[in-house]
Amino acid sequence: MNGRPGPAALDELDRRIINALQGGFPLSDEPYREVAEGLGTTEAELLARLQRLLDTRVLTRFGPMFQIERLGGRFVLAALAVPEERFADVTALVNALPEVAHNYRREHRLNMWFVLATETPGGIDDAVRRIEAATGLPVFAFPKLREFFVDMRLKA
Amino acid sequence: MNRAPDDLDRRLIIATQAGLPLVPRPYDALAAQLGVSAAEVRQRLAAMLDAGRIRRIGAVPNHYALGYTANGMSVWDVDDSRIAELGAAVGRLDFVTHCYERPRARPDWPYNLFAMVHGHDRATVLAHIGAIAALLGPACRRHDVLFSTAILKKTGLRIGGEG
Repeated sequence: MNGRPGPAALDELDRRIINALQGGFPLSDEPYREVAEGLGTTEAELLARLQRLLDTRVLTRFGPMFQIERLGGRFVLAALAVPEERFADVTALVNALPEVAHNYRREHRLNMWFVLATETPGGIDDAVRRIEAATGLPVFAFPKLREFFVDMRLKA
Repeated sequence: MNRAPDDLDRRLIIATQAGLPLVPRPYDALAAQLGVSAAEVRQRLAAMLDAGRIRRIGAVPNHYALGYTANGMSVWDVDDSRIAELGAAVGRLDFVTHCYERPRARPDWPYNLFAMVHGHDRATVLAHIGAIAALLGPACRRHDVLFSTAILKKTGLRIGGEG
């Protein structure tokens, strides 16, 4: 089970790197050098700090963020109402599916909320059926009807 | 538009989904790995960005490490005739990181608008949710906020059956 890291000790350059790298990374021969120059540091320093921010999980990843629906796949938010005494067992059953990309415990009667991500639209229904068969609980699926805004940028 | 990627795009996705190489010439490194030119790699990435198949190339911060320790999924039962206009207005708020219209599941779930709010503590998140309630006004019949209390899994999407 993943614990939650506490707030990381970041210095001012770390924060500027995180804020500068949340989008618009150059498609040039030496993109890290270009970004480093904009931040007033060196390419070697930027690469070392990026590696450290990834190693310490301040950043969960650095690279292209794919929009799976535009690649023919599908993302669906789904929820379960899990009896408290079964919570650990149901967590293990749900997390065992590779289609489950994220899973959060939340304070509500629907207390388990997860995202199913599949390469084909049909894969979602199949994953829902497998979760219902494994847990004996009905899955509430909330496919998005309309997207108003998605931007995971958060100021460091 | 929403078609499966061709073979080279698919190989490029698999090669970069764990991250871009942390070397001075990352597109050259990918080109060597895929057996194509660096220009081809850059052109493919640019085309996927233009088509929205890549949202952006950049860093994904861990909210908790940045001190955003409170995460509330706010959910709203909004008049269907006004959801397009009001959903767009909620999505424009700078503390909302995701905003979607989703189907209701009555009687268990009356809500049709989902807005994710991150903050440094619960009081901040609740103040933001108060601002959303004021914006929606009487077009919203009821709302709730579901705080997360544990991350049970976070792996992101993996294409290519690598688990």
